[in-house]
This record gives sequence, structure tokens and C-alpha cells, in this order.
Amino acid sequence: MTSYNREQIRDIIFDALGAIAPEVEPAMIAPERPLREQIDIDSFDFLNFIIRLHETLGIDIPEKDYAELLTLNSAVEYLTRRCAARE
Amino acid sequence: MYEFRMPSLGADMEAGTLVEWLIKPGDEVQRGQVVAVVETQKGAVDVEIWEAGTVDKLVVETGRKVPVGELLALLRTAGEAAATVPETPAAAATPQAATAPAIVAAAPPRAAATVVSARQRVAPAARKLAEELGVDIAAVQAAEPGAVISRADVERAAQAKTPIPTVAKAAAPDWHAQMRMAIAAAMSRSKREIPHYYLATDIDVTAVSSWLETENLKRSVTERLLPVVPFMKAVALALREVPELNGFWSDGAARPSAAVHLGMAIAMRGGGLVAPAIHDADRKSLDQLMAELRDLITRVRSGRLRSSEMSDPTVTFTNLGEQGVEGVFGVIYPPQVAIVGLGRISERPWVEGGAVVVRKVATATLAADHRASDGHRGGLFLAALDRLLQQPEKLR
Repeated sequence: MTSYNREQIRDIIFDALGAIAPEVEPAMIAPERPLREQIDIDSFDFLNFIIRLHETLGIDIPEKDYAELLTLNSAVEYLTRRCAARE
Repeated sequence: MYEFRMPSLGADMEAGTLVEWLIKPGDEVQRGQVVAVVETQKGAVDVEIWEAGTVDKLVVETGRKVPVGELLALLRTAGEAAATVPETPAAAATPQAATAPAIVAAAPPRAAATVVSARQRVAPAARKLAEELGVDIAAVQAAEPGAVISRADVERAAQAKTPIPTVAKAAAPDWHAQMRMAIAAAMSRSKREIPHYYLATDIDVTAVSSWLETENLKRSVTERLLPVVPFMKAVALALREVPELNGFWSDGAARPSAAVHLGMAIAMRGGGLVAPAIHDADRKSLDQLMAELRDLITRVRSGRLRSSEMSDPTVTFTNLGEQGVEGVFGVIYPPQVAIVGLGRISERPWVEGGAVVVRKVATATLAADHRASDGHRGGLFLAALDRLLQQPEKLR
């Protein structure tokens, strides 16, 4: 299994977001503010975001954990933890 | 001979620009095949043909803006000989021969009106140059009437400063302006012509929410259903019970539709919206509806819609709950006669059996055309929707 550091996870998140919302500028994202306040994404976009993370990282993100992906920082935390847990 | 004409891809469409032919003379085509790409105010649309046969002639060249109803191509249907000959229907009373006169009879007024300006002959090099310079080729005049339009004609037109954005290079603001114009036309017409009435009802959606949660727990992330999917099915089934909300108002009369083609209001990235149809939504499983919704949203946002999706929704469903709104009272998309709205699902105090409990509740709304239905029937629809949502396992 590949392991990822926080920086890599951050890049993977931005890749996934960029595929859904091409106008997103990583530098413009405030890491503590909810992503959905800063990017115009709906539930369909969000599901695609989760699917992309699933494809890249190989982890299944259950619906009950969606709240952990609210902000950039919490998403990095959550995904780093999940990736480390399967080692 | 089947006459393939520019379809109306929505009430607000007057003309479309033929961007690409996907067929050529001699090709066999099937019913439902995508044969051309047409640029509309709401983006490029894959246009399907609803007749099988052999392509006889492409009447319109690419790059031209074509009014709705104008002839685009001729198709030989089964058993027909090659072009130009069969102006008089064959003596044998084939089904084609029986229908042909009606079509021909209806055709001339339209054709006559456009033929003079439409018969524009353009040298390929001139067309290319026009594209490069952003000149509307349809507006370019030949040096002499009837002559082929040359590069020199295009250059002259460019100098006369009549640039219009080309399809491929359309700048974003112009595209948005076009989209706004299309929406403005349709919505103004709606508010001008349609006597709307509005109803709202709060529905306890606890059952359907928990059913979906359990269902999604069993599914991998790629197979999960979006929360709106069971609602789509319930709306489609409820419409079957109150058919006067599903269909059209045209020529002074209500025309209910036997099929439920659910137009899904889908926001486009950066503004604007379209409401293409999911066909026969009442007869599809939740998995099918999810797959089609996914396909539709993906194509709205990054690809192309098909003409049938644009032209035949029988009702519209708008789900604005995600933005946190409690209820949405929609504007009907003419000639449809109803738009169903769904607000946010939230936990609210709910009285049940004399006690206050916390339930998941959503406000469902209906805006309907009072010419086609009455508030009482509209109320029955919302009641049916409520009832269907209480038994989510039956929605599958």
C-alpha cells in the first residue's frame, strides 16, 4: 500500500476538486472554512469528489464520514488518518 | 422522403447553428441516432433523428444559423428510390406515401420564407477566414447577388466591423448573456401567459432518509444513490395519479402526457440552468434513475445534451434544498403545466400522536398552470407524494 504524507494528500484533494470545479485556485481556499462555502459544488459534485478520492487513495469513505471532509484541513486530517490506518 | 428539420429544443428556441453533421449522403441511419450537433443558446446539443432510412441529401451546410422547423436534410425511408424523382407520391399506397402529402403540404410556407436568404453559397476558404476573423458568415453579402461568397467578401465584412462570436471561440460573457436571454424569454413568457397557482406541504421524510442511509451503507461509493433519487421516483409516480399536471398546454387546451419525462433542473457551472428530461422516470428503478441523472449532470456540465432530452420533458423537478432553502416556488417552463420543488431536508419538531417529536422534514411545493388543473388536484398530487415517500422500499 502506498502511504501519503499531508502534502501529498493536499495535492490529491486539489486534483479531485479541480476535476470537478476547474475554476478552483488552491491558493484561494481558506483551509478552515467549509469547502462548500468557497466552491460552488452540489451533492453530485461532492459525490464525484468522494469517488475520485476513492479511486486515487483506494479507501472507501462512508456517508457518515462526509462531515469530516467539510474543510480542507479536516479533509487532510481525515484522509491521512484513514490511509495510515490501513497500513 | 422524410424531411429532417431543425427541431425545437425548448420553448425559448427560435434558431440553432448547425455545428457539425455526423452523417453524410448514403449513410444508413437508425431511429434515435445522433445525426448532427446544433449550437443553441443553452449550449451544443446532439440532435437525434426519429426516422430510419438512408441519408439522401444534406440541405444545410455547417456553420449556418437555422430557424426552428427549417429543412436540414432529406432521408429515404425503406423502399424509396433515390432523390429528386419522387415529388409525386408513388402509386402504391405504402405507409410512407400516405404520410408524405401531409408533410409536403405543411412544408412550403416555411421553406419559401427562408429560401432566399438561406441559399447562400460560400467558398470553403471564405468560411475558414470568417471563423478566424469572427465574422458571421450568414451575414456576409457576396459582391454580386447570387455569387459565391469569397475571401474578399469576408474581409470586407470584417472591416465593416460586424464581428460576432463564433461557436468555438465564444467568449464566456457572451455565452452567459445568451443563456440569460434564453431563460429571460422562456420565463417572461411563462409569467405572462401562465396563471400559476402555488401549493406547499411539509413532508415527514424520516422513513425515506433512513432507508437511503441503510441502502447506501451496503453500496460502494460508486454505487451510492443521491438523496434526490427516491424523490424523483416518488414525484414521477405521484404524477401518474394526477395526470393533468404532467404534459402541456398548447393551442388553448391541456394535453396530458401518458409518459412521465421528468425534466431535472440542473444548474450549470458559473450560472444558468437547463432542465433536460429523464425519460419514463415512473418506470425506472432507482439505480437506473441514478445512472441517468449522473449521465445527465455530467453532460450538462461538461459535454452535450441530446435533442430529445431538451425537447420533451413533460414536467420539471427542481431541488434547491442543497442551498439550504426551505421551499422553492418554481416558474413553469412553457408549454409544461407544472413544476415540482423540493427544499432542504432538516430536523424539525413534528407533532405525532399528541407528542412533539424530532423528524426529518422537507417542504415539497407545486407550481401549476391553473388553466390545466385546479388547486384541489394539485393538493392530491402533494398528498400522493407524501404517501409514496412513507414507503421507500416500494420505490425501488
